[in-house]
Amino acid sequence: MSHEATAPETVVLRGARPYGEDQVDIVVRDGVIAELAPPGTGSAAVVVDADGLVALPGLVDLHTHLREPGREDAETVETGSRAAALGGYTAVFAMANTLPVADTAGVVEQVWRLGQEAGLVDVFPVGAVTVGLGGTQLAELGAMAGSAARVRVFSDDGKCVHDAVLMRRALEYVKAFDGVIAQHAQEPRLTEDAQMNEGVLSGVLGLTGWPAVAEESVIARDVLLAHHVGSRLHVCHVSTAGSVDIIRWAKARGIEVTAEVTPHHLLLTEDLVRSYDPVYKVNPPLRTSADVEALWEGLADGTIDVVATDHAPHALEDKDCEWGAAAFGMLGLQTALSVVVQTMLLTGRLDWRGVADRMSVAPARIGRAHGHGAGVQRGATASIVLVDPEATWVVDPEGLASKSRNSPYRGMELPAQVRHVLRAGRITVRDGELAS
Amino acid sequence: MRHLLSAADLDAEAAILVLDTAAELAAVTDRSVKKLPTLRGRTVVNLFFEDSTRTRISFEMAAKRLSADVINFAAKGSSVSKGESLKDTALTLEAMGADAVVIRHHASGAPHRLATAGWIAGAVVNAGDGTHEHPTQALLDAFTLRRHLRGGTGGLDGLRVTIVGDVLHSRVARSNVLLLATLGADVTLVAPPTLLPTGVHEWPCRVSYDIDEALPSSDAVMMLRVQAERMHDAYFPSAREYSRAYGLDRDRLGALPDHAIVMHPGPMNRGMEISAEVADSDRAVMVEQVTNGVSVRMAVLYLLLGGSTGEK
Ligand SMILES: [Zn+2]
Repeated sequence: MSHEATAPETVVLRGARPYGEDQVDIVVRDGVIAELAPPGTGSAAVVVDADGLVALPGLVDLHTHLREPGREDAETVETGSRAAALGGYTAVFAMANTLPVADTAGVVEQVWRLGQEAGLVDVFPVGAVTVGLGGTQLAELGAMAGSAARVRVFSDDGKCVHDAVLMRRALEYVKAFDGVIAQHAQEPRLTEDAQMNEGVLSGVLGLTGWPAVAEESVIARDVLLAHHVGSRLHVCHVSTAGSVDIIRWAKARGIEVTAEVTPHHLLLTEDLVRSYDPVYKVNPPLRTSADVEALWEGLADGTIDVVATDHAPHALEDKDCEWGAAAFGMLGLQTALSVVVQTMLLTGRLDWRGVADRMSVAPARIGRAHGHGAGVQRGATASIVLVDPEATWVVDPEGLASKSRNSPYRGMELPAQVRHVLRAGRITVRDGELAS
Repeated sequence: MRHLLSAADLDAEAAILVLDTAAELAAVTDRSVKKLPTLRGRTVVNLFFEDSTRTRISFEMAAKRLSADVINFAAKGSSVSKGESLKDTALTLEAMGADAVVIRHHASGAPHRLATAGWIAGAVVNAGDGTHEHPTQALLDAFTLRRHLRGGTGGLDGLRVTIVGDVLHSRVARSNVLLLATLGADVTLVAPPTLLPTGVHEWPCRVSYDIDEALPSSDAVMMLRVQAERMHDAYFPSAREYSRAYGLDRDRLGALPDHAIVMHPGPMNRGMEISAEVADSDRAVMVEQVTNGVSVRMAVLYLLLGGSTGEK
């Protein structure tokens, strides 16, 4: 691949602190971490001043919407890759709800190829579970798995695979190629025209409720199905305390279930909907502070394996309108790490090793993203993010790399800044800017 | 007061000021002049994304009696029906120099968005948004209650008001619970559990599933419109069962204290939530509600625009 041909032979990351621990020089040779040397001893043609920066394995996002093909006005693989790299990512999984839907080998190969051309992160396409996300007929899962894109994660995200038989078959079928079904858990009948979390506030605001039970009932069914057929299940964007309980129960019984939570569900609550500003409209919806606390706890104790962004860019006209007409979704790639630092690290719920696990190691393992989440250690692929843990920054959506502007964090001061990123030994971000 | 988006925007003092102003304006227009010069040269736009002739006419009469220029901008037969966005419509109105926009919209929160998104500078009056609120309806109901049961002055301390029907989908109920509670009334909501919003137990009111338990201790009963089609979404088994359990008929009218009045925001579904006999009885004050609606809307426009000439 072309980027490897241009990678400098040796790079030294001087004075970095792997997982926030003791300072070392990280010596990278031929795309691999050659050694962790005492600080100040490594030498090379390219030396990056990483004095005091925290070194983590490059982040892996299991849930991104890059909108290409079809909605290139909102995002492209290229612009989404830029946002991902600047956010500290070296790999992202691109969801299948594009136009056309990524339900054939042709479309997933196109997305894979666009990712390689952009050359900033590995873009792993997610394959649709059903044809056209229609929920009635299995897509050609095997063809996508066997394509150049080597798809291992399948999801109808945006829609729920609500038919129990179809879900069972999908769970069974992907075992043949070590795949996983990532379920967007939303009982459709209980959420018709749903606009926000169902509770006291939805009643007051007169917005149709999206009840927690619509998520929890599907997760309960799916963990039982996964158990029954002995398959892997991944639950997308867990948002309620009840869902955390069900997943904890399933894991205790040895069921092979993994789960993700989004940064926005870790930081924001439904109270923001009082403004009727559609930048806070997202699916699943922002929940209550009690749910947020349960998500913190679940992520800390490993019930929830992964933080995934659900980065969902939308064109201005789809957000600059009344609540009911607005699209669901928020930007997330460039703010995810900072939000996790704020909600999990600074509060002592996770240490840096924990952050690395939830944002790199676990998602790479679940998605079978080979060469990612390998850790900051000798012999590992040199996909590394260097973070300034002391810096703070104020989010300005105009300054983000995404084509869209729908960040719910506008004006918020967040901790921790991505300074440098290496992907397989090649510098993709230097001093907070994309390397040319 | 810069906008009127929710009944919660009004504290007791502000609400009583609106009611007192409405009473004064009603007296003046009753007595002699049909038109006051107060809002001469100001432009009020009625922006209706949803059909409601009665509310639109009420606001139009109110604005005209204050000598304002009125522009009716209706969803049907204008660019709105072709899918022009709320934002583009707002920018057009701003260019026309609207001093106040009276908005009726099918989406909850649309008036709030119009007032806060920075698209327009004028005052925004919520004339009913989705299943959220309808604050001027609550004001006219409070005005009517006060006139009949509190001598036309002050607040509504201790007044027992029972609101019956489809609370879940009712913007009238939401605004009334907020405003009447602010004015000191004891409000009881009566509905089948399917037609009560999640979290209603946290509202400043009592909740009952039994109309017959509530009526004998009511000074006023307000019947909400219930669409028979709700049965198709399983909110109740049939129109007949609803009507039997929650409709106001002659027998139930007899259970009310003698001084109690019957209200309805209109349009009525005779035979569904209210029998024709009750609707036409001398206890029903629906016609007066319509009249009071004009006075209250005059007061709202007057207070939003009248005192601020030359501002901005
Ligand atoms: Zn989803």
